[in-house]
Amino acid sequence: MKILVVDDFSTMRRIVKNLLRDLGFTNTFEADDGKTALPMLKDGSYDFLVTDWNMPGMTGIDLLKAVRADPKLVNLPVLMVTAEAKREQIILAAQMGVNGYVIKPFTAATLREKIEKIFERIDKAGA
Amino acid sequence: MMESMENTRLLLAKDLVIALENNDETKADEILDQISGMRESMLFQEVGRLTRQLHDTMNSFALDSKMVELTSKDIPDAKERLHYVIAMTEQAANQTMQVIEDLSPISQALNDQANELSNKWDRFLAKDMPFEEFKNMSQEITAHFAQTKERVANVQAGLTDILMAQGFQDITGQIIRRVIDLVQEMEHSMVELVRLSGGKMKAGVVAKELELPGPVVPGVDDRENDVATNQDDVDDLLSSLGF
Repeated sequence: MKILVVDDFSTMRRIVKNLLRDLGFTNTFEADDGKTALPMLKDGSYDFLVTDWNMPGMTGIDLLKAVRADPKLVNLPVLMVTAEAKREQIILAAQMGVNGYVIKPFTAATLREKIEKIFERIDKAGA
Repeated sequence: MMESMENTRLLLAKDLVIALENNDETKADEILDQISGMRESMLFQEVGRLTRQLHDTMNSFALDSKMVELTSKDIPDAKERLHYVIAMTEQAANQTMQVIEDLSPISQALNDQANELSNKWDRFLAKDMPFEEFKNMSQEITAHFAQTKERVANVQAGLTDILMAQGFQDITGQIIRRVIDLVQEMEHSMVELVRLSGGKMKAGVVAKELELPGPVVPGVDDRENDVATNQDDVDDLLSSLGF
């Protein structure tokens, strides 16, 4: 399972990476905004994307749009972990095809639950 | 300019008197038209000046209302945001120290127990232990394994808590960035105000870039009731959308 963690704050990338490690995912990579992340996703054969929303350069929602517009990445599971909490923003992310949405500050249990839910759904769809 | 205009008018008046004395009606009318034309152009200039003054006043009024918004809304908001930063950093520091205070005795107890058993084990290896004591030691070792498992699990959970507590750096960083933006905006407005009161024309106010609202600060961003204040709100909203 190859995972890309995108956030402009290195502390948050570190937190997410550590939590993923606790969940047994050790093959994780980092990017600090959508602009850096997109080329990595395009030639990296990633299985899962965890992204922030508000980032300089390219935001997480634009990254999500770009991912869903790419035939190779269209089915990539995307979890948004962000401080953006306006209802209209959550609805927009859902419309853009996000697979999960976690608002900061979050707990380890919440992140674990959302990730497990996403993979459960993928397993069901695959079976 | 004014002087030459006065001069022209005086000359025109003299010409008018001469034309009237000579009964030259056409010439007199012509001169009268010229004089009234001059009056009109002065009027237009005056209207132009008044328009410019009105325009400047309107601009300074727009700036005033911006300053009013800054002082009445944005600055109190910024204060709330900074108070929230203090609260978040305090919470993170306390959370981290709490875990350390809870875990230190556990780590100490593990260390003491391991030392004690290690000494006994050395005596056993040196064949310096009666059988009765050996029996006791085996029981102690069994208990030690069970306790170690439990204690290490506690340490692990504590480490995760410490990790999560560091999330404050991202949240407070985002909030402080916003306050910096506000300070910059205020600086800009004040420079404009100084420029205006200095009587110089100002350039148009730079349009503020539409930005993402960012972390929800309680009491500031949740007044409109259009934000999710916790993960349950998000989950409810998403499930109402068929997620």
